[in-house]
Amino acid sequence: MNFELGLRCRDCGKHFKSEPLAGCDECFAPLEVYYDLQAIGKAITPELLERRPSSMWRYREFLPLNSTPLDNPRLTSLAGVGGTPLVPVARLARKLGVRELYVKNDAVNFPTLSFKDRVVAVALSKAIEFGFKVVACSSTGNLANSVAAQAAALGLEAYIFTPSDLEAAKIAGTLVYGAKLIKISGNYDQVNRLCSEIAQRYPWGIVNVNLRPYYAEGSKTVGYEIAQQLDWKLPSSLVCPMAGGSLIGKIARAFDDLRQLGWAAGDTRIFGAQATGCSPISSAVKEGRKDIEPQRPSTIARSLAIGNPADGFYAARTIRATGGWAEDVSDNEILEGMRLLAETEGIFTETAGGVTVACARKLLQQGRIDPQQPIVLVITGNGLKTLDAIIASQAEAPIIAPRMREFEAELVREGATPEVEPEPALAK
Amino acid sequence: MAYTVRIPTPLQKYTGGADSVACQAENLSALLAELSSRFPELKERICEADGQPRRFFNVYVNEEDIRFLGGSTYQFKEGDDVLILPSIAGGC
Repeated sequence: MNFELGLRCRDCGKHFKSEPLAGCDECFAPLEVYYDLQAIGKAITPELLERRPSSMWRYREFLPLNSTPLDNPRLTSLAGVGGTPLVPVARLARKLGVRELYVKNDAVNFPTLSFKDRVVAVALSKAIEFGFKVVACSSTGNLANSVAAQAAALGLEAYIFTPSDLEAAKIAGTLVYGAKLIKISGNYDQVNRLCSEIAQRYPWGIVNVNLRPYYAEGSKTVGYEIAQQLDWKLPSSLVCPMAGGSLIGKIARAFDDLRQLGWAAGDTRIFGAQATGCSPISSAVKEGRKDIEPQRPSTIARSLAIGNPADGFYAARTIRATGGWAEDVSDNEILEGMRLLAETEGIFTETAGGVTVACARKLLQQGRIDPQQPIVLVITGNGLKTLDAIIASQAEAPIIAPRMREFEAELVREGATPEVEPEPALAK
Repeated sequence: MAYTVRIPTPLQKYTGGADSVACQAENLSALLAELSSRFPELKERICEADGQPRRFFNVYVNEEDIRFLGGSTYQFKEGDDVLILPSIAGGC
């Protein structure tokens, strides 16, 4: 059952029926789906949710869909999206000097290894409800991969618009699904501008334009999952990467929903993470500005390189309202963040994840995050997609002849001790 | 001096269906005033109560965001291609 009541303008509050719409026709502000939350609270309980299979569809009553893969065979190929691990990361916690730390690991989301699979699963399900045969998106890579894969899985035609300097893995991971990839000589904001002109002329379901209000709803499932995985006790702090600024607000909204229903307790301070080379939202927060000044992005975190983030105003407002803060980090700190998470916890995240880890470290050093209370880091994408960035910073591995004495000479050169250190006991 | 301002689809109902309008205003605030006086219904769609441009739309001149060209200080030139678009994003 669909508990959606329609769309509402986030600025002027104007109501719209459920239809493909990019923004408010009165004031241009973004639209948001709203629901009959009380009816949701009567229809389901946390206990019922826990009995459902682990995927984003566990929370289907909070999504604006008439049907889902759980009840519609047309959508079965999307059944496995979401339900990613919340990993207790004790070694990283010790390195950062905090007591209780978790990684929400969407680097292993299905099918394309980023949190975008959640938003695309909602957008394309809705595209089918609206009768679109062609779907499209503007993207810096992760969204491209996800739209291409899920469109193929659903038998939809896909057009993908990206900046021309995308990472090789993200190009290959789009083309392989047979999507029509069009590279634009320009940055993401320029791609986005063209895409919004295209939206006015072509009758397509463009996931981040006229399907954007629905698409964005998929992000809430990150928040519902975190809450459930923490036994409905919301974390004290949460650090989230910001590109367009949508995800951070949707996680906050998910926590709000659960508090309003009386299912979850606790206030969460929300912290936003950006790369210094593209930091329009963190700059606004740090300088106490309400409005977002656009920037020309220059960072290795290309999946966060939106210089003119449409939800930036709301992201900054969410951060302020929850008592959080925002930070940004250099390209070197991003690579350190990626290595730190990989070396301590075996989680290989893309550059955006390096941004999150490095910003968390910076915010802890500044004393803005309470190290004694539970903290969640939101990791949104997989390191295999941004190999170019990490390869450039890695030393060459040694090559030796297949002889024991060369191996042992190498150990001496490396200053390594052959004994393996015993594993320290893991603190909960 | 004249240039073309392209009007996005959702606003064309306020410009009598025109998808572009020839304008002569010198700068952004004068342009908003010119559009508001020619199409009174357009005014509150594009301006806040204090006359400032609304937060959620962007103005591009020859494909460049006007804020990178000096914003309110930019002087329009003969033949400029001016585009008004709702700000959209999302999608990394």
